[in-house]
Amino acid sequence: MSTLVILEQIYGGWHRMSWEALAAAQQMDGPVWAAVAGGANVNTLAADLAGKRLDRAWAVSHQLLTAYTADGYTAALAELIRREQPDLVLLPHTYQVRDFAPKLAARLGRTLVSDVVRIRRDDQGLVFTRQLFQGKLNADYRAVGPGPHFASIQAGACRADQVQAGTAAVEAFTPELDASMIRAAPQDPFREAQRAVDLTAAELIVSVGRGIKEQENIALVQDLAEALGAEFAASRPICDAGWLPMERQVGSSGQTVSPKVYFAVGISGAIQHLVGMKGSKCVVAINKDPNAPIFEIADYGVAADLFEFVPELTEQIRKLRG
Amino acid sequence: MKILAAIKQVPARDSQLRVNDSGTWIEEPDTSEINEPDAYALEEALQLREKAGGEVVALCAGPESASQTIREALAKGADRAIHIEDDDLGRFDSLGIARILAAAAATEQPDLILTGLQSDDLGFGQTGVILAELLGMAHATIIMKVEPRGTGIRVKRELEDGWFQNTDLPLPAVLTIQSGINKLRYATLMGIKKAKLKEVRKLTASGLGVAVEPSVRLERVFMPQRTKQTRMIEGSVRDQAAALVEALRHEVRVL
Ligand SMILES: Cc1cc2nc3c(=O)[nH]c(=O)nc-3n(C[C@H](O)[C@H](O)[C@H](O)COP(=O)(O)OP(=O)(O)OC[C@H]3O[C@@H](n4cnc5c(N)ncnc54)[C@H](O)[C@@H]3O)c2cc1C
Ligand SMILES: Nc1ncnc2c1ncn2[C@@H]1O[C@H](COP(=O)(O)O)[C@@H](O)[C@H]1O
Repeated sequence: MSTLVILEQIYGGWHRMSWEALAAAQQMDGPVWAAVAGGANVNTLAADLAGKRLDRAWAVSHQLLTAYTADGYTAALAELIRREQPDLVLLPHTYQVRDFAPKLAARLGRTLVSDVVRIRRDDQGLVFTRQLFQGKLNADYRAVGPGPHFASIQAGACRADQVQAGTAAVEAFTPELDASMIRAAPQDPFREAQRAVDLTAAELIVSVGRGIKEQENIALVQDLAEALGAEFAASRPICDAGWLPMERQVGSSGQTVSPKVYFAVGISGAIQHLVGMKGSKCVVAINKDPNAPIFEIADYGVAADLFEFVPELTEQIRKLRG
Repeated sequence: MKILAAIKQVPARDSQLRVNDSGTWIEEPDTSEINEPDAYALEEALQLREKAGGEVVALCAGPESASQTIREALAKGADRAIHIEDDDLGRFDSLGIARILAAAAATEQPDLILTGLQSDDLGFGQTGVILAELLGMAHATIIMKVEPRGTGIRVKRELEDGWFQNTDLPLPAVLTIQSGINKLRYATLMGIKKAKLKEVRKLTASGLGVAVEPSVRLERVFMPQRTKQTRMIEGSVRDQAAALVEALRHEVRVL
């Protein structure tokens, strides 16, 4: 069984999740292939692949791939996959992959199994495990029919430091692209105004989620943050609602933090939140649902109603600190 | 501008989920609601119509009970709706679902299709992108702003780590909308009354000529296992707080 992993370059470097996907591919038995797409610069970048355990590798390069577009990437990679016929195609589940991989699989008449946490093979073939209901349940999906099968790998599901070194010869692949195929005209990426709040250096963070229910209740959790001398942060829905500024959002579209202790108050533990705080040394989760996914990664769990528990905790901390 | 808004009904966010006896899906939830990003997609469609004129058609595939969500969309201001009624969409994979929606969309020739970026239940994050491929339309994902511009549109895409990107697209196009793009409206009493008179066209997958031919099949649903040794602190609220304070002082040493 051959596995092709499609690695991602972003802003001229490697997306860190590329290596997690490569590690996943190397855990499959059979030949491992890799491809990376881009403009002229991709050839320099692809030189990094020469030191990895890969049976084949391609630098898919074309002037029309210099700026990422779903149209360009889909056409180029579909051409490579049609020619080489891998049995399995793996990608990192990044925002860019979300943007083109479903299209790529559909163009080849297949379905992408997205955001996969585990892949195994039994006597009937491939089984992909992925989450349902924002991590509340897991599901096994079985690949049926002929390959190539497509799967994208969830952030953190595999470890980049497990990529095996070796040697690989990187081949050039020049897809047949034409400017008329590319409909989107993307401009340069930008960041909004400079962040006034830097959560990345905080030692203690208290983060509030939708369990808080109303804007007026936010103060309750803010009190806890003050008593602890912690920075105050939130999950996305709190910032979407305008209850706290965006710059306090933790997660894949917010900040990535790694404090000594991260208090998750009324936060369910969806992967897009977890990727922003999984690096915390210690996670304390407070949630009234004992099955909330946040407890899967917490060090200390309190299954309680935050409206009862948080004021009590704040008071005890205040007493202690005098 | 004619805009289709794809809306899906999902179990309400705080539902207690129970795996069914055969371990193949969940028991029918007590309450259901519109998939969160779809509410934002519908709102964006309504705001675009208010700016540029045209029509908003809600598009939903789901069981009979999804009519609830469709009626709410009509009450908020969608002009009419298409309901592809099906009790067992689970036999289709994401490509199959997109084929059904695409077949229904093709009969409408819309200028713009807005979907949510991801469903709360299946969480594929794919349907809009596949729809675009099947219908031969341009697309962009994780959209935080939509502006009509000449014969096309300019959209603001959310990228990772706080980055954004503006992209110009020709019409027709499919956009997958991110939560938080706009401020949701509530249905008015007048809206709720009017909704009853609006057209809901009923279709079926087989009527649309979409066969069941999945390349992946959901085989088993199960509770996840804890990967970390979580210490669950039990007892009364007061005891729980005291135990946590103890742990923070002596084990974690931050107090
Ligand atoms: C592309 C993309 C990017 C995203 N980026 C981010 C991001 O950067 N950051 C982010 O956070 N999310 C992000 N999300 C959204 C993410 O998927 C989740 O929807 C979000 O994190 C959920 O926030 P929450 O946990 O606060 O809310 P919910 O999931 O609604 O959870 C609320 C929790 O509160 C609990 N609760 C309710 N009442 C009480 C009570 N009285 N006491 C105690 N607990 C209670 C409930 O049991 C529940 O677990 C993104 C999603 C996508 C698709
Ligand atoms: N059965 C459905 N009916 C209507 N829209 C749907 C359906 N399934 C998915 N969608 C749309 O596609 C988006 C992405 O869903 P998914 O690919 O399942 O994550 C959702 O937010 C909806 O807008």
